[in-house]
Amino acid sequence: MSDTLRPTTPAPAATAAPAPDGPPPAAPLLDVQGLRVEFRTRDGVARAVNGVSYQVHPGETLAVLGESGSGKSVTAQAVMGILDTPPGKVTGGRVLFHGRDLLTLPEDERRRLRGARMAMVFQDALSALNPVMTVGDQLAEMFTVHRGASRRDARARAVELMDRVRIPAARERARDYPHQFSGGMRQRIMIAMAIALEPELLIADEPTTALDVTVQAQVMDLLAELRRDLGTALVLITHDLGVVAEVADRIAVMYAGRIVETAPVHALYERPAHPYTRGLLDSVPRLDRRDGELYAIQGMPPSLTRVPPGCAFHPRCPRAREVCRTEEPPSHPVADGRASACHFWKETLDDLR
Amino acid sequence: MPDTRDPAADPDDARSPYGNPHEAVAPTGGGGALDLAAGEAGTLGAPERPRSLWSDARHQLARDPVFLLSALLIAFLLFIAAWPGALASGDPLSCDLALSQEGSRPGAPFGYDTQGCDVFTRTVYGARASITVGVCATLGTALLGGVLGALAGFFGGWWDALLSRLADVFFGIPVILGGLVLLSVVTSSTVWPVVGFIVLLGWPQVARIARGAVLATAQADYVQAARALGAGRGRTLLRHVAPNAVAPVIVVATIALGTYIALEATLSFLGVGLRPPTVSWGIDISNAAPQIRNAPHMLLWPAGALSLTVLAFILLGDAVRDALDPKLR
Repeated sequence: MSDTLRPTTPAPAATAAPAPDGPPPAAPLLDVQGLRVEFRTRDGVARAVNGVSYQVHPGETLAVLGESGSGKSVTAQAVMGILDTPPGKVTGGRVLFHGRDLLTLPEDERRRLRGARMAMVFQDALSALNPVMTVGDQLAEMFTVHRGASRRDARARAVELMDRVRIPAARERARDYPHQFSGGMRQRIMIAMAIALEPELLIADEPTTALDVTVQAQVMDLLAELRRDLGTALVLITHDLGVVAEVADRIAVMYAGRIVETAPVHALYERPAHPYTRGLLDSVPRLDRRDGELYAIQGMPPSLTRVPPGCAFHPRCPRAREVCRTEEPPSHPVADGRASACHFWKETLDDLR
Repeated sequence: MPDTRDPAADPDDARSPYGNPHEAVAPTGGGGALDLAAGEAGTLGAPERPRSLWSDARHQLARDPVFLLSALLIAFLLFIAAWPGALASGDPLSCDLALSQEGSRPGAPFGYDTQGCDVFTRTVYGARASITVGVCATLGTALLGGVLGALAGFFGGWWDALLSRLADVFFGIPVILGGLVLLSVVTSSTVWPVVGFIVLLGWPQVARIARGAVLATAQADYVQAARALGAGRGRTLLRHVAPNAVAPVIVVATIALGTYIALEATLSFLGVGLRPPTVSWGIDISNAAPQIRNAPHMLLWPAGALSLTVLAFILLGDAVRDALDPKLR
């Protein structure tokens, strides 16, 4: 996903999306407030999510960026209500969907929201599709279960959906099993299932990680197009900075179970306000600078059973001072719609890249 | 971003060029050579149609000589169990003491037993009891053990703990001693007490396998995906977990069938299984055992039939396991 190729292919997603830097609309669709999730393991309590807050507005795309183990997927699972409990447990916070707290909702009511009004796309579509059901049956199930459609009706809708995500010869291929499709097609079928009932919120958990680069582009384009057509809000969980730049409106950067920086996508790329974000951006290989070594953030992400005191990033931070070891930085408002959880956000922001 | 508008740039989806997202790709639209190829692959793909787990297993079984041999034998056994009269014209219960322990002769190829009954007729009629007990006990254990094990694995918690300990209790009952104690109080001469006893002691074995299979399957991504798309607990278990966890249960049940038949014969031999006038290989073996020096034919034919039957079912179970367990390929 190099920037140097972009001029030859104008990205339709970026131009058609709502003005990325404009102020977000007033009422958020999804409002996560101070979410905390713990896992009880043999080595002690792993605090996977430590007070995550973010908002997603209708039709907006929020990219949640972070390393493996930073709590991105666990946050998504907690929002969807599909966390494995035990060992996982939501220990605090609220998840407001249309202003209603999902965490206090009865399970049955919550289940009815899933799939119909909020849906999820998984990383590896092969393992996320039932191997013993034909894809047509799996798609049709969405309509029979949630909408009470007849089998014949549901079947027709399933074929329609497969057409919509551009599976060639959809009518015939609806009778095929997941393993009979290529990786890209499987992910498109997974997306078709997620958008079947036109949910208002779609959470995509690293939807392109298991795919090769050319197919990644198709899947992202498809997501962007569906989002535009249906007005779906998208939470895109990824560690791929290239994908983010292409489709996101805003970015939330996660580290050790916290959101360390949120910003509109272009503002963040231009001037990161957190040393961790800075490190991530600097470690992207650049074709225009072939000399010198590739930058890497030194050290390893912390174990979630022993998150460092103070700022969790301080052992790896080039800017760490004494205060970082003792005081957990609060979320400082940097600008309109921007925040950074760093004691030295001003200095970081003013750094010249 | 690589150019997404060139279908040739997509080696992964060679069967189905994705084309440009802003132009509808109709398979018959003839947008290019590759588009046509995709249309053909979709419609003419029938002979090359890749297979599901089950049709794959069917194909493997059809080429497995062990399976074919055991299936042939079992088909024959099922046939004589259903219509013993087609093979043996006599009545297994009409005996003539004057013919006691007589050897082979025309009309009675296997000779006569101590009571003067035709061994051939009794051996043929004995298949019915063995097959009935084997099949009914297997269905019973598979259903009871499968359902309880699946519920334990899927719902977990105290329900799992209770069922698992209950299974341990029944698993701990010694089969022969348990049979002697429990079945000696039964007076019925039908096969049902024996079937019930085998189910009672056999379900924990199936339940453990089913529980393990369900536990493993419930971790699968597609189960989480089903939940994420709003499937309820019952639907998740029935539609997404159970069909993916049933293969090991089928394998265990098929292999157990043979051992259940042997168990029925053992219990009948000990006098607590089937009772006369039911014709059973176990009873005949028991009656013939003391006379093994004088008239070995009385023992050999029913014992041989029993061994062959058990062998056929165990071989079938092995073949089914080879076909259904992808780890053995």
